[in-house]
Amino acid sequence: MIKFFQRMGPLGSVAVGFVALVVLGALLAPIIAPYDPTIGSVIQRYQGPSLAHLLGTDQAGRDIFSRLLWGARSSLTGPLIVVVVTAVFGTTLALTSVWWGGMVDSFMSRVLDLLFAFPNLLLAMLAIAVFGPSLTTAALALSIAYIPYTARVIRSTAMRERNLPYIRSPQLQGISGLTITVRHLLPNVAPLIVTGATINFGFAMIELAALSFLGLGVQPPQADWGVMVSNGQQSLLKGYPAESVLAGLCIVLTVSALGVVGERLGGRAAAGRKA
Amino acid sequence: MMFVMRRLLALAGVLVVSSFLVFAAMYAAPGSPENFLVQGRTVSPEVLAAIREQYSLDDPFFVRFWNWLTNVLQGDFGLSLSNRQDVGELLANRLPTTLMLVLLAAIVIVVLGLGLGIGAGVRDGFVDKIVLLGSNLGFAVPTFFAALLLMSIFSVGLGWFPVFGSGTGFLDRIWHLTLPALALALPSAAVVARITRTAIREERDSEHSVMASARGVPGRLVLRRHVIRNSMLPVSTIVGVHIAGLIAGSFVVEYAFTLDGLGTLLVSAVQRKDFAVVQAIAIILVAAFGIINLLVDLLYAAIDPRVGTRRSK
Repeated sequence: MIKFFQRMGPLGSVAVGFVALVVLGALLAPIIAPYDPTIGSVIQRYQGPSLAHLLGTDQAGRDIFSRLLWGARSSLTGPLIVVVVTAVFGTTLALTSVWWGGMVDSFMSRVLDLLFAFPNLLLAMLAIAVFGPSLTTAALALSIAYIPYTARVIRSTAMRERNLPYIRSPQLQGISGLTITVRHLLPNVAPLIVTGATINFGFAMIELAALSFLGLGVQPPQADWGVMVSNGQQSLLKGYPAESVLAGLCIVLTVSALGVVGERLGGRAAAGRKA
Repeated sequence: MMFVMRRLLALAGVLVVSSFLVFAAMYAAPGSPENFLVQGRTVSPEVLAAIREQYSLDDPFFVRFWNWLTNVLQGDFGLSLSNRQDVGELLANRLPTTLMLVLLAAIVIVVLGLGLGIGAGVRDGFVDKIVLLGSNLGFAVPTFFAALLLMSIFSVGLGWFPVFGSGTGFLDRIWHLTLPALALALPSAAVVARITRTAIREERDSEHSVMASARGVPGRLVLRRHVIRNSMLPVSTIVGVHIAGLIAGSFVVEYAFTLDGLGTLLVSAVQRKDFAVVQAIAIILVAAFGIINLLVDLLYAAIDPRVGTRRSK
């Protein structure tokens, strides 16, 4: 544990701490949130920070602090779905095509190339057009958009490992491809999967928030950081910036904290990948 | 030349397959288009049949796809389901705003990203620290949030720029689109600045630059001829990828600033399930995305003669 924080460095440790705090806030939202996130009273609209409302209230008199806590839930579960689905399918695709090579590999590459042709958000919006707006649709569609990136990275590393003696010799011994892949190949690409997932989480958070901002992801009145930024737009222009700015800051801080963690984990610059 | 032809053919293939997928997805979508068209009113079966006839909804799937594809190739995107306007005309009205927004944002990315990156790479100390910090935070700022912040500071607060709309006439348009372009370009500019900085630093420590300095070549010349030139290779790929990425990002910014571009049209079409419009925009965006990527690869080969166009993918 101490070793982990040493590896992270001071900035990295702060980042890990911040992410942990956000996760904790999301988990404990029902217990620690002082108000219901969707119910407010119009008499109490646009209040400044006070002991009763730590961060003030929005245009419908809802407590912003409670909404941020509850909003953390959908803002974290969305990217979590994306990251898990992407990691599972991306890794499976990559390892299968590396193991079989030849026709299988070139077929998979074609399919991935086709997916590369769609900008991420466009793919998500097409899926939403067909299935209707919801967080699940948005998250699953984004996962499909992310799979090619993950698969390509894992494939290129696994390709190099494929011809090393520790993979070749059990193959000669007649051990099944599935066993070798799961027991030997997978552990050797695992760090890559973890780093990729950390980086993807940040991108997914931004893109899902963007979809919610467009009204195509999480639906109001449910609290979500993207929804809150969008919901607060009118208030912001009228001179009550609290809701939009605080929700936006939550996204910015969480994403940059994850960026720092991902970079420390992977050692490579996370920023090279396209948004 | 062979390379360009091959890539164009591949792009055409991708376009046909992806338009098929998009068409199929819309075809399979729950809810039938004619029910959408009558908007819940009860109408006689004859009227429904007439509508089905008008939009040729009764034809088999492949016939419909083939008709749609051949029409699109002739520049006819069909009629919008929600207001019966010609989709091609709708798109043509919206296209200039989006094109200009993306173009302005691309300029911002190149100027700001490269400028700051080179500045930070060449100078140590304060400038470097600030750029590094800024780029670390910058890429985490969602475009829509940047849009709102810029809008509230520069339009509402200081009144320097208009809040909404995309303006008329060339200069007015640029004035209206400055803030949106900045918001759109910000995260990408941050990434580009960072990559440029790293590339410059690596190139500065490389043997040929050290050697050139040792030979007594003036510092500025070493920088211009050896460092900056060579470091532009990795940078140009990233810039290209990010400019292609602007296409999707522009939806969000257009929506935030209520510009009348393709993005806002797509968002409202998605919400209203106006599939004719969604299909048309999707195909155009995929094509634009592919063409920009192709141009980037060509540019890359032009910058670095070592990258042969014959053997790369």
